[in-house]
Amino acid sequence: MHIEVRGLNKSFGDFHAVSDVSFEIEKGKLIGLLGPSGGGKTSVLRMLAGLETPTSGDILFHGKRVNDLPPQERGIGFVFQNYALFKHMTVYDNVAFGLKVKKQPKDRIRERVMSLLELTGLKGFEHRYPHQLSGGQRQRVAFARALAPEPQLLLLDEPFAAIDAKIRTELRTWLKELIDRVGITSIFVTHDQDEAIEVADEIMIMNKGRLEQKGTPWDIYKNPETPFVASFIGESTIVHDIGRIKGFEEAAVWEGTTALIRPEYIEIGKAGEIRLQSATMEGRIRQLHFRGSEWLVEVDVNGTTLKTYRSLEKEAFHPGEEVSVLVHRAYLFNERDSWMMENRLKEDPMPIHI
Amino acid sequence: MMTVIIVIIVTAINTVFGVMLALYLVRADWIGQKLKRLLNSLVDLPFAVSPVIGGLMIVLLLGPNTVIGALLEGAGFKVVYALPGMTLATLFVTFPIMVREVMPVLQEIGAQQEEAASTLGAYPWYTFWRVTWPSIRWGVIYGVVLTVARSLGEFGAVLVVSGNIINKTQTATTLVYQDVENFNVAAANGVALVLAAFSALLLLMMEWAKKRKEVH
Ligand SMILES: Nc1ncnc2c1ncn2[C@@H]1O[C@H](COP(=O)(O)OP(=O)(O)OP(=O)(O)O)[C@@H](O)[C@H]1O
Ligand SMILES: [Mg+2]
Repeated sequence: MHIEVRGLNKSFGDFHAVSDVSFEIEKGKLIGLLGPSGGGKTSVLRMLAGLETPTSGDILFHGKRVNDLPPQERGIGFVFQNYALFKHMTVYDNVAFGLKVKKQPKDRIRERVMSLLELTGLKGFEHRYPHQLSGGQRQRVAFARALAPEPQLLLLDEPFAAIDAKIRTELRTWLKELIDRVGITSIFVTHDQDEAIEVADEIMIMNKGRLEQKGTPWDIYKNPETPFVASFIGESTIVHDIGRIKGFEEAAVWEGTTALIRPEYIEIGKAGEIRLQSATMEGRIRQLHFRGSEWLVEVDVNGTTLKTYRSLEKEAFHPGEEVSVLVHRAYLFNERDSWMMENRLKEDPMPIHI
Repeated sequence: MMTVIIVIIVTAINTVFGVMLALYLVRADWIGQKLKRLLNSLVDLPFAVSPVIGGLMIVLLLGPNTVIGALLEGAGFKVVYALPGMTLATLFVTFPIMVREVMPVLQEIGAQQEEAASTLGAYPWYTFWRVTWPSIRWGVIYGVVLTVARSLGEFGAVLVVSGNIINKTQTATTLVYQDVENFNVAAANGVALVLAAFSALLLLMMEWAKKRKEVH
């Protein structure tokens, strides 16, 4: 389903939960809706589903305004954050609910439910009640139940929030494959940027009720349009005095300019390890955090602490060690504008790997 | 007997309207916050007011000497000192029971299951019977038992409204009172025994309903 939202607003009393949100989603896309708690993500989903009435603005499905359509007629599947399974019904009855409402013949219902249970790996559980299932199984029941009436749009509100990290990775890969196979337009809310980047075709970032940016994960990562997006994605460092970073001195002439530097754009090495020696600064290792596949390194440079990664294959650092630091690029912004700047001392641009 | 008719009418009305009011108070967001608070305290009014005063209020409002009472009587409908008045008095006293039983259950289960049902295409009536009712069922049954017990035993409000006309507007409880007044202790004991036995039965049912309520 093609979805368009124009100038959407929602107030609760005098509190503005969603302000002036507009976006468009193409048919079949999987969208990750990302943002900090209280950003208005759930409110947007609920308005799309018709569970909440917008204060103003239009919602269009296939170019037709659906604001006045009740949830029953919108053709939407909704997976709630805590699943909201019907707790006095078996797994079978939960999944069959949307089909029974439509008064489909019994054998058709049976066929569809069984195929969905097969698809979600819940075969053999059809006579269990929700309280007899694990979190991951409940999540899949919620998913099967939402898919049963063949919705045109699937909304998932933090579908993996209550599931532990290990199964989560598994489930989201499974979800992505499943959605690809079914070919249904989907929006899923998450707090977890890795999840959004890994699964979504496009990401929308919401903060304080505003839509900050919408784009492919790559776009958002490479060209953040607002300081909030830049700082939200990745473990970036904010540097208020950009003049102290070698290669960026000229940026300091703009009054009130702040820099945001991503870990990927900072290179550190022992003396002589970095090729562009002329562009490096002296730094001292402050702290090291083990991150499973790499080190997160905090390094002090001219009184600022920068964060970067160091591969496990390379020689390890120790706190207090002297190192060379090279900042390849910085994301600069002031009140009026924001832009990307390359290190001026680099003759040949280094290939950047993310 | 009068008592049975009153209990049946009162329980039926209280169950239907009590559950409805509880649903509105908990779920409907089109009712303003202030109005909800007002309704909420109105529901508790019978708990705060003595049953005798409640009965008196009905007499003062609908008695033969008032405008409304006279009008109704003109239409051949006697309220006070007759069955409608007694039913009304019992209703007044027992109304909070059902609402107060069902409201917390509704609050506890939350609106999400109902919202899920609506996104799956179910309209409110269907959702109520398939989703909400199974969750509040035992709360309602417990409320019914309590209402029956309370209507059986109600004395104060009914005595004021009924006028206690022998064999016409007499309930089991007022009959006991009457018999004791007339030193007819044996008869009073008989009726009281029946009432007590019935209460014991209700108590057992209450325990049973409470247990089921906790299971779900
Ligand atoms: N029914 C309501 N009444 C009043 N305020 C509300 C209501 N629903 C949401 N809000 C407020 O609106 C804001 C946005 O809420 P919303 O649930 O959309 O955030 P969210 O982005 O989903 O957050 P989270 O990630 O924590 O779920 C919050 O500040 C919240 O307090
Ligand atoms: Mg939310």
